[in-house]
Amino acid sequence: MTPTDTFLFEAESGNKDLESVGTPAVRIDGRDKISGAAQFVDDIDFGPGLLHAAVVESPHAYARIVSIDTSEAEKADGVVRVATGKDFPYKFGMYMEDRYIFAQDYVRFVGEQVAGVVARSHREAVRAAKLVKVEYEVLTPLLDPKAAVEDGAELIHPDLDEYTHVPWFFPKANTNIAHWRKIRKGDTEKAFAEADYVLEDTYTVPRYAHCAIEPHVTVSKLDFADRLTVWTASQSPHTQRHLFAEALAPLGFTHKDVRVITPYVGGGFGGKAGVSMEIIGAALATLVKGRPVKLRFTREQEFYNTYQRQGVVAELKVGVKSDGEITAVEHKLYWDAGAYVEYGANVVNAAGLSATGPYRVPNITNDSLCIYTNLPPGGPYRGFGYSEFHFGLESHMDRIAEAIGMDPVEFRRKNAIIEGDELAYGAAMNPSGMLEAIDRTAAAIDWGVEEESDNPNTVIGKGISLFWKAPAMPPNSSSASFLKFNEDGSINITVSGMELGQGYLTVMAQIAGEVLSVPVDKIRVETPDTDRNPYEWQTVASHVTWSSGLAVEKAAIEARAKIFDVIHQVYGYEDDSLYLEDEKVKCKTDPSFAKSLSEFVIDGIQTEDGTWRGGPIVASGKFMPEFTNANSDPETGQGGHPNVHYTVGATGVILEIDKETGRIWVRKAALAVDAGRAINPDLVKGQITGGLVQGLATVLYEDMRFDDDGKLLNPNFTDYKIPTAFDIPDEIIPIIVEVPQPDGPFGARGVGEHTMIGAAPVIANAVYNALGVRIKSMPITQEKVAMAILEQSGN
Amino acid sequence: MDLKIKINGEDWTLDVAPADTLLDVLRERVGTKSPKIGCERGDCGSCTVLIDGRSVRSCLVLAVEADGHEITTVEGISYDGLSALQTLFLENNSFQCGFCTPGIVLSATELLEQNPNPTRHDVQEALAGNLCRCTGYEPIIDAVLAAGDGGSE
Repeated sequence: MTPTDTFLFEAESGNKDLESVGTPAVRIDGRDKISGAAQFVDDIDFGPGLLHAAVVESPHAYARIVSIDTSEAEKADGVVRVATGKDFPYKFGMYMEDRYIFAQDYVRFVGEQVAGVVARSHREAVRAAKLVKVEYEVLTPLLDPKAAVEDGAELIHPDLDEYTHVPWFFPKANTNIAHWRKIRKGDTEKAFAEADYVLEDTYTVPRYAHCAIEPHVTVSKLDFADRLTVWTASQSPHTQRHLFAEALAPLGFTHKDVRVITPYVGGGFGGKAGVSMEIIGAALATLVKGRPVKLRFTREQEFYNTYQRQGVVAELKVGVKSDGEITAVEHKLYWDAGAYVEYGANVVNAAGLSATGPYRVPNITNDSLCIYTNLPPGGPYRGFGYSEFHFGLESHMDRIAEAIGMDPVEFRRKNAIIEGDELAYGAAMNPSGMLEAIDRTAAAIDWGVEEESDNPNTVIGKGISLFWKAPAMPPNSSSASFLKFNEDGSINITVSGMELGQGYLTVMAQIAGEVLSVPVDKIRVETPDTDRNPYEWQTVASHVTWSSGLAVEKAAIEARAKIFDVIHQVYGYEDDSLYLEDEKVKCKTDPSFAKSLSEFVIDGIQTEDGTWRGGPIVASGKFMPEFTNANSDPETGQGGHPNVHYTVGATGVILEIDKETGRIWVRKAALAVDAGRAINPDLVKGQITGGLVQGLATVLYEDMRFDDDGKLLNPNFTDYKIPTAFDIPDEIIPIIVEVPQPDGPFGARGVGEHTMIGAAPVIANAVYNALGVRIKSMPITQEKVAMAILEQSGN
Repeated sequence: MDLKIKINGEDWTLDVAPADTLLDVLRERVGTKSPKIGCERGDCGSCTVLIDGRSVRSCLVLAVEADGHEITTVEGISYDGLSALQTLFLENNSFQCGFCTPGIVLSATELLEQNPNPTRHDVQEALAGNLCRCTGYEPIIDAVLAAGDGGSE
């Protein structure tokens, strides 16, 4: 960490009491959302010229396209244009360019886009899409990641070694391994030989869907001045602009010609990061100049042709000493990454770097393999690989503790990683409140106190699990902000992070308001437009409170310096004697002086000779971590500093299980997360409650099911159940730990994704605690529990 | 086909196709955009509106079925500022992304009309048809209970 980034504000302000940061300020997007005023992409009117697109999709998981006949579709009523891969032979991708806008010679998953139809109405587009005739030579799909890495397996991407990718990926040519993240630290073999106890087992995690309630939707327009504007429901306006400009560069676009506008987005969870279906809309618009084109995915498409959370087979081996000290971890993660891994390969990478979990481990062998399969493309989902591998890891830790006769909480306390411990890739762990999180979580569920059910048909179980996660992003991911004052002393801030629901806009207002002594309700922060708003990499990785927050804090500090400079010019007070309070400039050396911001932040201050000083106060700020680097040894993972910091925490539950039916009720759930500093504690609690419920659903019932031909069987909310208002714990106890992040804005670090990670293993551990049954595959459904009880009783 | 309908207190006469849903007509013909398109099969509840005070999934109602009836969307209860329930939603952070919020506000409004003092179970039941992926429902339930004199079980 660079000293200049350390506690920017406090270093300058002498730690005065905070007035905005740390308070439960009312959300600045609240009235919009509660009154129906909030506008999402699909709510914007584009007038009678609006065209509608529909997508022709592959019915096969793997096939060669023999021919495409669009003639019937082109003649259909209302059709304006039909496009296929021939119109756009361009690759695109976030971290690895392995996708095409429309399939070229091969289709690689059921639902892949083969052609697009643009028509005057949505119905006409859908009708005409059915008239496109595609002849396929059907091939045998590879659906199992472990089969796909066997010798002689069919190659899903034979040209893999020619693909462009980021330098920290290591594809293996002539295999289906698109990236292999290795960590080699210490001597694992020796450590296992010298361990007093070694446990080895395999855990499996299926695919999951994000299920944001707003489906992906995009409207694109190429105007007659060759300006491409794209309105998207997205987490990533600047990254989308960059990928559109790169992919469509052969058509003559440069970045300044492409504009991405992102109004409110109806949930993301990673599913609206990067670029998925939006490229289809952007490309089609280039064929119908002057007309906006809307592409709105159906709920079914949302399930099978946006990103899915990747499945994983995790082979885990952990060695400990008899006193409970973990000496070695060997974690092999076989990821079912799907047909295209342009984004998902980085999930694999992130998991590989951190697959020891939040423990101090001297000897590590991690292998995280990104494996092509003929299932839909994997990608980012809240937790980004960590939700997946924590299931096995934290189940395993409970089993080891039991085997060596140690309390699972004590075992975790003994091994929990703390500040200064060495990470898997050699760098030092950041400050962390892990031990406090463990203790407060354990206390919240009365850990150590056995509870008996009043109902003879049910049993009570308790569980605990830890979690950690670092933002997974390129080492130079950055954020920027602009800030300007208005005549009345109110402020407009422009940033390009996205308000996904987490409360980002409000938090940015709180940070600026704290520095400038302006109340949050006098600060407007709105969703981005890449023409107007400064750069932000993406709103992912739980990094925007930290990174964009620092950019806003720096802009506010710059504005404050300009304000003091005006006062100095006119009144002669030294800058370091000035401070801001209640929207006024005040002076430590002259208590009688007070000048309201509204008196001069636009018009300046008149001097004795009648001339003016100052003028509009405008400022900018940017943040890029300058201590990270992704240049590690491909064979050992050592030598780099890929992650900025980790956020840690603990989850605990008390559940009740019906011994006959296997039904599980979560009676109480506690979750402690180290937010560094909660800029807005109510919003942190919102993340805890929402993330925990989302995580519990992945372990209790959600599950993507595919048939033997690779077709998704449950692409709707009838067959893929997500929680309703009934499906929540009886009680949720949110616990905020605050061990400051030295380089965070006011000490803050991100918490959004983390709250989902501990949910799966904590249920597995509590089910074991209740029944003595260890379930090693997700989800832990009522059916699985009931069958396990039957098996246990010998029936 | 002719459709005579009252939307948020305003009378409309519209020529609609037999296959048009109430949701299509509200969004595309009348410009009332708070009912959202989330699943188009009645699973998610983001298109919830009130017909004569009763909540329905407007994606499953044909526009012609609403002939002669009175439709209320969240715009209709926001003309005179936020309702007591909406204010409680604001204070309790009973929303995150806001996409499901109009539907949830309407389902909760209907519940409180019919049962001014609901229990936690009553609230869960009334909202069970409105999916929210962000909040974990807890802050929504809290706000509705607070609107109904705190609830009792």
